[in-house]
Amino acid sequence: MADQPFDAQIRKVNDAVIIDLFGDIDAFADQSLDESYRKAVSSGAQAVLLNFTGVHYINSTGIALIVRILAQSQKSGIALLTYGLSSHYQEIFEITRLADFITIFPDEMSALTGLETA
Amino acid sequence: MNGKLSNFWKLFGKPGVVSTQAEAAISSQEQQRGSTHLVEFDQNDPVIQYFQSAPGVVEIEKLIFDSPTLRTLKAAGVKLTVPLVSQGELIGLLNLGPRLSEQEYSADDHGLLNNLATQAAPALRVAQLVREQQIEVQARERIEHELRVARLIQQTLLPKGLPDLPGWQVATYYQPARAVGGDFFDFIPLKDGRYGFVIGDVTDKGVPAALVMATTRSVLRSAAEQFSSPGKVLERANDLLCPDIPERMFITCIYAILDPNTGHMVFANAGHDLPYRRCGDGVEELRATGMPLGLMEGMEYEQKEIMIGTDETILFYSDGLVEAHNPSGEMFGFPRLREKMAYHPGGKELIEYLLDELKSFTSTGWEQEDDVTFLILERTEGSVSDREADKSNHPFVEKEWQTLAEFSLASEPGNEREATRRVAEVVESLNLDRAKLERLKTAVAEAAMNAMEHGNKYQPDLPVKIRVQTNSAALSVQITDYGTGQQIPQPEIPNLEAKLAGEQTSRGWGLFLIKNMVDELNVTVDEKHHTVELVIYQEGGKHG
Repeated sequence: MADQPFDAQIRKVNDAVIIDLFGDIDAFADQSLDESYRKAVSSGAQAVLLNFTGVHYINSTGIALIVRILAQSQKSGIALLTYGLSSHYQEIFEITRLADFITIFPDEMSALTGLETA
Repeated sequence: MNGKLSNFWKLFGKPGVVSTQAEAAISSQEQQRGSTHLVEFDQNDPVIQYFQSAPGVVEIEKLIFDSPTLRTLKAAGVKLTVPLVSQGELIGLLNLGPRLSEQEYSADDHGLLNNLATQAAPALRVAQLVREQQIEVQARERIEHELRVARLIQQTLLPKGLPDLPGWQVATYYQPARAVGGDFFDFIPLKDGRYGFVIGDVTDKGVPAALVMATTRSVLRSAAEQFSSPGKVLERANDLLCPDIPERMFITCIYAILDPNTGHMVFANAGHDLPYRRCGDGVEELRATGMPLGLMEGMEYEQKEIMIGTDETILFYSDGLVEAHNPSGEMFGFPRLREKMAYHPGGKELIEYLLDELKSFTSTGWEQEDDVTFLILERTEGSVSDREADKSNHPFVEKEWQTLAEFSLASEPGNEREATRRVAEVVESLNLDRAKLERLKTAVAEAAMNAMEHGNKYQPDLPVKIRVQTNSAALSVQITDYGTGQQIPQPEIPNLEAKLAGEQTSRGWGLFLIKNMVDELNVTVDEKHHTVELVIYQEGGKHG
């Protein structure tokens, strides 16, 4: 699998904002990821859903970026959810204990339903 | 003497410890000569007190007391009673019925009986003492025998050897008290390469404690085969023990599982004294809560985990040490143990040191009150480079390695992806399952990134060399850079809470990830190079 430069798109669904992530989450994703999160929050979202369906590589720097976003969301009381993680990266979320703070859903539908019932 | 009857007696208890009940054997008039029956006397009966001070033969019919004993003697047809007194104590009565000739007893008869009593009393006393002594000896022998049985049970069940774990030193000490408490320990090798450690203490002493210890040991062993988490193992053992354990008995116990490859230890505690960890920063308690085994069904046990670093020592022990008293009644206690441990560098020498401290605390002539047990676990070679040097400890070293590929990459940001891609290509023929392959790729990417960034400082002219080898049991990827002299730090479990609170940098995940992705992480350093070796077992291994 070749390197895939990072990109992120924002969609608003009800009170939530979905950030569709594409490409590799490593040092190169730093600014772009931060910027998309800032945009999502400034739109008044109460919850941010990270869509990892288009992500096939996350390294330790990428984990640090996600930790940084989680820290910001905790500070401002915004729920952070994910879906579309491969089973390997779900395992990594569990090993790093990110899964203790970010609920992992299999897909967009279940994530949005989970958000409503939460 | 032509007396119809004759004998009697009773045997009182020990001199000075007069029982409230006494007995005498009386031959009734109707019975044949020599036959007897036993009569119980109340020691407080006035007639008994009279006998005690009587100067000699007593004519029963002449006595007027309100006394059940007297009535009994009269009813039995006793005419004369000769109290047998030794050293001021009434030890028996010689009772006589009417003479066979139906004549009265003469003065000569009285004299003869008095003489007889004077000689019979001490002889009887001696006989009584001998009998008491025999009973005592028998009781002592029975107790000694029981203790021997208890000791035998315990010594048979305690492990005969110590686990041989490369990079670790395990040491134990077990000294039963005279009365043999219920201390025990056990080592349980697990299928996944990890090792179970048990230390426990059964309340009570002797054979009952030894039997409960034996049962607990079997129950724990079978639970350890069934469950891979210590909390679950204790939960299961507790549920199995509860219905069968005698009332007022229970077991305190710790079950810890060590991964000798990583130093990761997970443990649960059923009410046992907290183990101590001797590390660079001093001494800390390893706390996990849970009720002792055998008290109540349906208990749950908290589970904790730690990473044991190089030169760290874990001390498990029993209460025989902390509850030892000195001559002024003071206890050794936990604070003293902790303080002593902080003074000592740790390792198995800690046992000798603590025993010396115990000896000087209790001073000479101390009788050990309870079993004293220590179990020590020390990580001697955490930096795996040491282990690498001692290849004989390597589980797969005897199998021949075959090199699948060797290549170099320039140290440029992002080039770790190229490393991952090429390694994945090379190992394709091995048909690793998908999860194993993904873990290997993550580990290779992280290790290659470390080599380029930290080892070679992203200097384009310094390449990173990668070698992929395999044998029938394992796959090895070696990543070499030019970072000499540097030691790879011990991977610690990152503190996510501190990172989220902004107290720590959000980074610092690399080594932790690598360690969790592979079965072995070995590091070697020579004058020019620094090599990280990632090993994945073909079968079993960390992730099954």
